[in-house]
Amino acid sequence: MWRYIAQRILVSIPVIIMVGMITFTLVYIGPGDPAAIIAGDEATPEILEQIRADLGFDRPFPVQMGDWFWKLLHGDLGTSYFSRREITELITPRLQPTLSLGFQVVVLSTIIGITTGMLAAWKAGSRLDRNLMVLAVLGFATPGFWLAFLTIWIFAVNLGWFPVIGYSPIQDGLFAHIHSLFLPVMVNSILASAFISRITRSAMLEVLREDYIRTARAKGASELSVFLRHAFRPSAIPVATVIGASIAGLATGFVLTETIFAIPGLGRMLVDAIVRRDYPIIQALLMVVAIVLIGVNLIVDILYAYIDPRIRY
Amino acid sequence: MTEPLLKVENLQTQFRTEGGLVKAVDDVSFEVQPGETFALVGESGCGKSVTALSIMGLIPNPPGEIVSGKIEFNGVDLLKLSGREMREIRGSKIGMIFQEPMSSLNPVLTIQSQLTEALRIHTDLSKNATNDRAVELVDMVGIADAKTRMKQYPHQLSGGQRQRIMIAMAMSCTPQLLIADEATTALDVTIQAQILDLMKDVTEQSGTALLIITHNLGIVARYANRVAVMYAGQLREVGEAVEMYTEPRHPYTIGLLRSVPRLDSEKGTPLAPIAGEIPDLTNLPSGCAFSPRCGWAVDKCFEESPLLEETSSGKKVACFEHQSVALNVQ
Repeated sequence: MWRYIAQRILVSIPVIIMVGMITFTLVYIGPGDPAAIIAGDEATPEILEQIRADLGFDRPFPVQMGDWFWKLLHGDLGTSYFSRREITELITPRLQPTLSLGFQVVVLSTIIGITTGMLAAWKAGSRLDRNLMVLAVLGFATPGFWLAFLTIWIFAVNLGWFPVIGYSPIQDGLFAHIHSLFLPVMVNSILASAFISRITRSAMLEVLREDYIRTARAKGASELSVFLRHAFRPSAIPVATVIGASIAGLATGFVLTETIFAIPGLGRMLVDAIVRRDYPIIQALLMVVAIVLIGVNLIVDILYAYIDPRIRY
Repeated sequence: MTEPLLKVENLQTQFRTEGGLVKAVDDVSFEVQPGETFALVGESGCGKSVTALSIMGLIPNPPGEIVSGKIEFNGVDLLKLSGREMREIRGSKIGMIFQEPMSSLNPVLTIQSQLTEALRIHTDLSKNATNDRAVELVDMVGIADAKTRMKQYPHQLSGGQRQRIMIAMAMSCTPQLLIADEATTALDVTIQAQILDLMKDVTEQSGTALLIITHNLGIVARYANRVAVMYAGQLREVGEAVEMYTEPRHPYTIGLLRSVPRLDSEKGTPLAPIAGEIPDLTNLPSGCAFSPRCGWAVDKCFEESPLLEETSSGKKVACFEHQSVALNVQ
């Protein structure tokens, strides 16, 4: 197992390098000149040249990329063009909102998704099942931003139960923190749980047709035990896959969520950086996203082995 | 005769399918005595397994449904029991072994947890006692190194070993009846004999009656005391196992026996398969379901369905022409 994990980490190094090269190239060839944005409208060509030289833009492309990778290897994500501050320093305070939001959404959507999916499978064909599945279809057909605006309008603007915008860090109290993130957590959880729910239902129904379920019944096991003890774990593999995939979806979804709810997290930081053409930040954040996704995939693969003893690496 | 352990009376089990109503088990009656080995024989799709699942109360509903009849076990009609009462009988009084050893064990649970499950459900034994009993059972079914097996998963065992585990599981609460539904069909021939010998041994030791469901006439000859031949959902012939070979009375039974290859037949002799095909269960021929394939059929056979009747020799046959069949076979 450890050997496998070490192998996977080793294999992900070229993947990360590829991601780095692609993002660096894309950002390099993309339109917009940061020097012009920094210098403002009244800049003379000399000032622009000066800024470009300061930022190292006058060097050849491979040199710029090599330099970036070299610094990255030393844990240096570079310096922001605008604030002139270290990016690692800028990212640190942004981590908490995003991680907290992500953690809450993953936990909540997993709980909602698996419970409703299992309920639907338990009562397959019933009215409850049909209603839950209609909701699930609605769930993944609904655009996140629309639901976000709708909930803001209902619960924040009209009912005033939650702040319209604003983020309260954990240091200011757990309740205030959860309260401030409640709407974005709910919106993302409902949407993410829709898919988990459907997959849980279909995986459970498939496993319930297996021969070993009949064996369990032949032993006199109760329906609840058949359901939870015999059927749930074998059906957890596709569910784990979908939860992994929904985390990947969240990583991009948060750009939108954090912008709409004005949460000072990494997603928001990325949008701001793109608007300002702050290349080092864009590149750094894309690298972070890539590493998170590789990590999530690794965790899901390890979970497989835990869920199903037939899978050994 | 003693009071039968299992008495199936006029059992009718139907399935609603897209093709129409399938009478998988149609008016089936038979008895199993305590401790005996009873075989239910017939080709695929004749309703053998459905009969077994009906006894276990495991007919998936929908689409299946037991429409009428009685299944008396120790004098109690199983069809009248509540779900809970039936669960108490399953696994403790009646054990069952299924056809597919590869898929009949849960792949994600250890042998120990599957083997002790019935004990945990049906007895008040302590955890240690159930675990000891599980080791004992694995020893009993002849798997070496029982203690190590406890922590293993089904995929670490061979097909034969898994079927041994299935037997151990079904026998864990020492049931009065063990149903083996094509329990050896999926195994190699050499392993088949071992598994059958094992089932015979363990059931004899505990006085458990054995209901073997099979299409293999060789198994019947070697292991069964009595046998029932089933065709298209109905019993055609019921009697002593030996008699079925020496004096078969139903044309279908004769057809089955003739289609078995024999070691003592002359080289080059072609097999004599039963002409025609198994009828479509949604659209059975009128009269006797076997009549289109039967060499003895007379006009009456195409109009009326014969009932199972006791003959002078004490066996039961469902055939209008069984007397002329008997004369012919001699």
